[in-house]
Amino acid sequence: MCAAQPAADNQGVRSARRGQLKVFIGMAAGVGKTYRMLQEGRAEQDAGRDVVIGYMEPHRRPETSALADGLEVISRRRLTYRDTDLEEMDLPGLLARKPELALIDELAHTNAAGAEHKKRYEDVREVLAAGIDVFSTVNVQHLESLNDQVAELTGTRVRETIPDAVLGEADEVVLVDLTPEALIGRLRAGKVYPGENIEAALGNFFTVENLLALREVALRQVAEGVEAKRLVIEEPLGTREECVGSEAPKAVAERLLALVRPQPSSQRLVRRAWRSAQRLGAPLELLWVKPPTQAIDGEVERQVTALRHLASVLGVTFLVEESDDLVQGVARVARERGTTYIMVGESLPRRGFARLREPLPQRLMNATPPGVDVRIVSHRGHKEEP
Amino acid sequence: MTVEHLLIGVALVLGILAGYLIARTRKDHSTERPQAVHQILLPFTGTEISRRAVDAALRLARAEDATLMPAYLATVPKQLPLDCAIPTEAARAMPMLEAIEQRATGQGVAVDARVERGRSYRHALARLLDNESFDRVVVPATAESRAGLSGEDLVWLLEKAPTEVVILRPGPEDDAFVSANATAPAP
Repeated sequence: MCAAQPAADNQGVRSARRGQLKVFIGMAAGVGKTYRMLQEGRAEQDAGRDVVIGYMEPHRRPETSALADGLEVISRRRLTYRDTDLEEMDLPGLLARKPELALIDELAHTNAAGAEHKKRYEDVREVLAAGIDVFSTVNVQHLESLNDQVAELTGTRVRETIPDAVLGEADEVVLVDLTPEALIGRLRAGKVYPGENIEAALGNFFTVENLLALREVALRQVAEGVEAKRLVIEEPLGTREECVGSEAPKAVAERLLALVRPQPSSQRLVRRAWRSAQRLGAPLELLWVKPPTQAIDGEVERQVTALRHLASVLGVTFLVEESDDLVQGVARVARERGTTYIMVGESLPRRGFARLREPLPQRLMNATPPGVDVRIVSHRGHKEEP
Repeated sequence: MTVEHLLIGVALVLGILAGYLIARTRKDHSTERPQAVHQILLPFTGTEISRRAVDAALRLARAEDATLMPAYLATVPKQLPLDCAIPTEAARAMPMLEAIEQRATGQGVAVDARVERGRSYRHALARLLDNESFDRVVVPATAESRAGLSGEDLVWLLEKAPTEVVILRPGPEDDAFVSANATAPAP
């Protein structure tokens, strides 16, 4: 998103297009999301755009409040709920004011009863639909898909979440990053919370371990978002037949695919693949190429259930692809998923006519797009135990 | 009998022989797969398990030609859904299961590992007992009251498990662990 034309030039056409959304995401409170949003808002105003603050939460931070000086603020609206006065963003007021760009803090906020929408991101959608650009902020633990993961990592669960799709709708996502040590330094200096809350925050949520984990999650989230957009942009044009022959889009990060079969030995492969994926910080998918004639019952059903269960424990995806041809089935999935790494288990000793065929890893190398590595996971137990 | 007849006869014999060999090869393949008829459950928690317990379970499994099912019991905090991914717990479980599997494979015992989630160790064990069938459960009692399954859990297991339960009393050899890194004596 760049500085736009002067207001008068596009006033008439603005409502015909959807506004653009830019989200500033951070690992935790205090990294400077609101500050950065205000900085960019001011820059847009200096470039001649009509900018207003739709809603801002200064959190009693003087530096942040100072940066808001000179920007028009839409007054908050008072809503009364159970004899309590609550302040919320004045959505009707903002829509009536119709600026070019609105700065709306805290995308995951839950509105008080009586507001037009339950959640602030719904307000933002309405603002965007009116052709107004929006800058907003959110912390990574508010994303629905990461909520459980962050809760497990930090022991703290946030109640206000937004669907991941909201972030997916953003035209730009900007990571506001700070090292854990620097954030804790800001906290100690009283730049994040008022004095009476500092010690409690340091003892609970704001530990180096928590912040390191959150920072990793935030960095990965933004990297994956960039990668997903790149993959969509680089999707080759033309018919499916033309695409099959063309080179698959290259992903920036590794993406692992482990080939499994409904048998206990596959669990070992999954464990190794998962540990590799953890080390690489890469997503893992499990793939079973199921022959169309194979029935899923008895021991096969039991093992498929066990694999699904393990996938659920590990938080990985279990894919079933029906195909008569194992190699072609794998190659198709690898192309579609942007796989960079295929992991297979050790084959049984080949007997009879099977000896005349090329080994599976070699056939996989030939069938998959260039740049896809194939790794054979050995059966270590045979070699190490006396 | 002409040479043609002779060649046809030889071709037929070769064909029958090849068919027989292929059928035998396929039969060999199918017999290699472990038949999970008998299963011995070895539930454990934490990042190490007594080597004595693993060896006892392996001895039983080998003697009965059974499959060993080492099962890591993971607890999921109440604020999380029971079926959520548990990468932190999984990171502890995976190396342990790997170590047990290596030990089992070295002794020729088939392994079919599990990770089961529950609100408590007992709850995870109950879910496991509901979903799988076993001929035997081998569980180490521990002298360390805070580690793993408690005495009450073991009593519960004896009452509820629909199968034979072998509880190994704590012993001096329990100082040796099968841990994530190696099968080595504890420091």
